[in-house]
Amino acid sequence: MIGFVLFFAWLGFGGDYILALATTDAGPHAYHHVFPWLGIVLTLTAIITASYAYKTGPEKVLWSTGAREVIDPQTDGERQLVNVVEEMAIAAGVARPRIWIVPDDDPNAFATGHGPGDSHIAVTQGLLSICNREELQAVIGHELGHVKNFDVRLMTTLAALVGAVLLVRDGMGRWMWGRGRVASKAEEGGKKGAGPLLAILLALWIISWVIAPLVTQLLALAVSRRREYLADDMSAQFTRNPLALASALEKIEGATAPTTSIKRGAAHLCIADPLGRHFTNHEGWLGDVFATHPPMGMRIAKLKGMGYAQLKKEGGSFTNSALA
Amino acid sequence: MWVLLIVVVVAVLWVIGAYNGLISLKNQTINAFKQIDVQLKRRHDLIPNLVNSVKGAMDFERSTLEAVIEARNQAVKVNASGPEAVKQISQAENALSSALSRLMVVVERYPDLKATGNVAQLQEELTSTENRIAFARQLYNDTATQYNTKQQQFPTTLVAGMARAAPADLWEIEDQAERAVPQVDLSRR
Repeated sequence: MIGFVLFFAWLGFGGDYILALATTDAGPHAYHHVFPWLGIVLTLTAIITASYAYKTGPEKVLWSTGAREVIDPQTDGERQLVNVVEEMAIAAGVARPRIWIVPDDDPNAFATGHGPGDSHIAVTQGLLSICNREELQAVIGHELGHVKNFDVRLMTTLAALVGAVLLVRDGMGRWMWGRGRVASKAEEGGKKGAGPLLAILLALWIISWVIAPLVTQLLALAVSRRREYLADDMSAQFTRNPLALASALEKIEGATAPTTSIKRGAAHLCIADPLGRHFTNHEGWLGDVFATHPPMGMRIAKLKGMGYAQLKKEGGSFTNSALA
Repeated sequence: MWVLLIVVVVAVLWVIGAYNGLISLKNQTINAFKQIDVQLKRRHDLIPNLVNSVKGAMDFERSTLEAVIEARNQAVKVNASGPEAVKQISQAENALSSALSRLMVVVERYPDLKATGNVAQLQEELTSTENRIAFARQLYNDTATQYNTKQQQFPTTLVAGMARAAPADLWEIEDQAERAVPQVDLSRR
């Protein structure tokens, strides 16, 4: 959050500095850029955008998926879901989150909200029909792990900010094009040392504008993979049953269709990549940069490793049926 | 001279941090212990409903039903506190758990009863209640372990005396018979 605001402050005050350099040597009647209003305006915009994204993020994400809240459970399935969530909330030591169901047949789940006191968990109808009680509990445990780590606060705000940055960039792009002509006129005047420095600063500044949305996206992704593994571990800790999560992930991976209800903005909040992207399965640098989730095979293998003793007793398979 | 001052300030800050950490964990441990009580009470309140809903259809199983009610009343009466609290509460609650599991086994013998929606719902509620008690105990044990570990680690041990930190008891199985794998007899007799 602070990084976001500082980045915009750098953009704004950098622009001020460039404009100041550009206009110092212009004629006495021309415009002199002295007061750094650009920096102030941009910083204020960033702060307002960030606060707005923080406050309304969760509602926006839930609304965009078409989820409905479970307030009075009607069916046995809903009652079981409510019980499962409450049990996991006890095990996690957090307050009971609000429960939502997304009417989509593809199994998936996500968490959103501001933190343990004010959180939401949503599951798709497909997940409810595919998983048994233990697997459902393991998935909920994973989501509560995200809640407990304040991942939900980070991810929800970033999801909203990605959209906001794109808007601001478009607006500023149009404005900057007009101002750029002022800078080049000053250069033509052949001023002393200001020329080359001005050109470099301007170039850097424009590059950082182009990169701004990319940086925001990368911030979201950089933390995603590690935190997914951490949430898997926390689910195993809460349920003391890592094989349940492994089995749930296998089932989710087996259902191949992407989850159409969950749009791109909320993708990194889910337990499995709802867009079904292929580079999710790559380890290494490329995968780390562009994929929101770790490879499913890796997650299942780690969980089976945790449940090694029990798996051996049951005579289960260590190979991943989803990859076979 | 300055170095000494900085060292003293850092040491004081560390002591404050360690002390606060111990207090926080102590309170979390107490809270987790009370959470178990919350779930136990929920079970006490749920049982009369369960017995009522199956009583009509299970006239022949009078003794089992009565055993459950009796165990429940015993558990409600236990009002223990202090170091023996955990042992007394767990004895009463374990007796109630076994009575309940005998009842659920007996319910299996009445397929008509199971078919009615009511019993399925109540079975889910009972399963959920037992799970909640188990998770509450798990949370208590986890928190107590964290607290004990922090107290015993160096250098926090130096501050533990000041914080009046005492090691917390973990929730244990007292009766060795509990560790045996439960025998479930579903034969029709």
